[in-house]
Amino acid sequence: MGDYYDIGIECATRSVLEIIQSKRLKKIVKSNYENVPFYREKLDTAGVKPEDITSIHDIVKLPFTTKQDLRDTYPFGLVAVPRKELYRVHASSGTTGKQTVVAYTKNDIDVWAECTARGIVAAGGKKSDFVHVSYGYGLFTGGLGLHYGAEKLGATAIPVSAGNTDRQIQILQDYESDILCCTPSYAMYIGETIKEKGIDPKSLKVRAGIFGAEPWTEEMRAEIEKSLAIKAYDIYGLSEIAGPGVATECECQCGMHINEDYFYAEVIDPDTGEQLPDGTYGELVFTCIGKEALPLIRYRTRDICALTHETCECGRTLVRMFKPKGRTDDMLIIRGINVFPSQIESVLLELGMDPNYRIIVDRVNNHDVLEVEVEVNDNMFFDTVKSMEAVEKKISGALQSTLNIAARVRLLEPKSIARSEGKAVRVIDRRKK
Amino acid sequence: MQIKQLSIFVENKHGRLAEITEVLAAANVDIRAISLADTSDFGILRIIVDKPEQAVLALKEAGMTVSLTDVLAIGIDDEPGSFAKIVRTLSEEGLAIEYMYAFVSRDKGQAYIIIRADDGEKAGKVMAESGAKLITADTIYNM
Repeated sequence: MGDYYDIGIECATRSVLEIIQSKRLKKIVKSNYENVPFYREKLDTAGVKPEDITSIHDIVKLPFTTKQDLRDTYPFGLVAVPRKELYRVHASSGTTGKQTVVAYTKNDIDVWAECTARGIVAAGGKKSDFVHVSYGYGLFTGGLGLHYGAEKLGATAIPVSAGNTDRQIQILQDYESDILCCTPSYAMYIGETIKEKGIDPKSLKVRAGIFGAEPWTEEMRAEIEKSLAIKAYDIYGLSEIAGPGVATECECQCGMHINEDYFYAEVIDPDTGEQLPDGTYGELVFTCIGKEALPLIRYRTRDICALTHETCECGRTLVRMFKPKGRTDDMLIIRGINVFPSQIESVLLELGMDPNYRIIVDRVNNHDVLEVEVEVNDNMFFDTVKSMEAVEKKISGALQSTLNIAARVRLLEPKSIARSEGKAVRVIDRRKK
Repeated sequence: MQIKQLSIFVENKHGRLAEITEVLAAANVDIRAISLADTSDFGILRIIVDKPEQAVLALKEAGMTVSLTDVLAIGIDDEPGSFAKIVRTLSEEGLAIEYMYAFVSRDKGQAYIIIRADDGEKAGKVMAESGAKLITADTIYNM
């Protein structure tokens, strides 16, 4: 058994956890009801008053919150505290041009940092460690999430951010990073680059990695552990809830412990909304009982997952979630970035083109590649090659600035994109599952 | 002065060119001159036909992307230096050639070139003034 960041919570009995959860649920329902008109209306419509919530089990009385709700209240319509109390703002991809905005008070940042700190310790991290953070820094929650967790723990944060692989490797060698944090596909890429350079992974001090922001398989884990000579741990989160660290893996590597004292988890039937029992796959739902600025109630993540309350061999009693198996919507994750097909549609419409497109995602050299095929129509056909290439560049430039990801654009003839039963096939994902 | 050229978007897919030419054949359209510009992803087929408007209709009905562009058709004497003279004249007047291609004629001693310049009207005037033989639309369509 390894160390714990907070043994009192991480190994608490179920009844202690429920006492904490019940108290916190009551508090946030009251706060949302009193401070967020959108939630007051939602709760009134559902016929629920804050007084009706007496324990965590009353959560089933509460209505769900969806991404659409966040979009409809863009940017700060669901925030439960005065604007001046906000300490930080982050954002992630929305389904159309607008991002999903999330806000935090100072306490919220502390809570989030504590969760990632727990994750670093669960991965074997110590105060004396150098934590190499190669997630992107910025509005994306990845970089800052792990960064603050490292500092909260008392470890040393190296804010490398993503990209420039040669420099990443140089830092791993020269600064002697102990824990590597990045997307699993980037970890694979670093592993290959090290091999190409003839560097023995065992010569690096790094001994563990915390990988997330995109789905990855057990096969990938085995490859990363081999190519980097480290133990590879999973981490889960979404900005709407906080960021990475909502759930983290322990040394058993058999599911991620959810920090359920702050984020209460349920799995529901996506069609009926009914709670499903342990072990049954359904849609993962979180209630941010430990947050102040954006304490979302029963937020539907659209991730398909199952839970287990069995005590883990590591000693932790916090409920575990298995690796998400897929999504209930059409969102893709490409190089750690959320991409909705409808965003591509919006880009084309804004350029004055017909949204006859198809997305092809493939994995080349462990790198996700995105290709967008667009049907040419008379309005966008010009007589010279350079004009057509300019059209391609225009589309790829617009996609880059909207999606924050480079896409190769290919122009097709009209009616090239197969339509089955009237509905076009928009996404072809060739990556192995 | 200018004549109509058809430009057709050709995806780099097996059989596309055959399809396009078959559509033209079925519409009883005769091709006078032809050129195919290629990139790694797509091609642009440029043709001068005897019945441009009919050809456009036939191609559009077949679901193809086609546009009409104004180009110049110039007849030059089939001897060394004639072509260089044309190109030099255009260059001296500050005109840029976007693309060009040549085609045969039944007249001995004559070669024909199709030119698209960046400023078609100016190019037409310049050519006429220099004494170059501009071919009219009717002449080309009825060749």
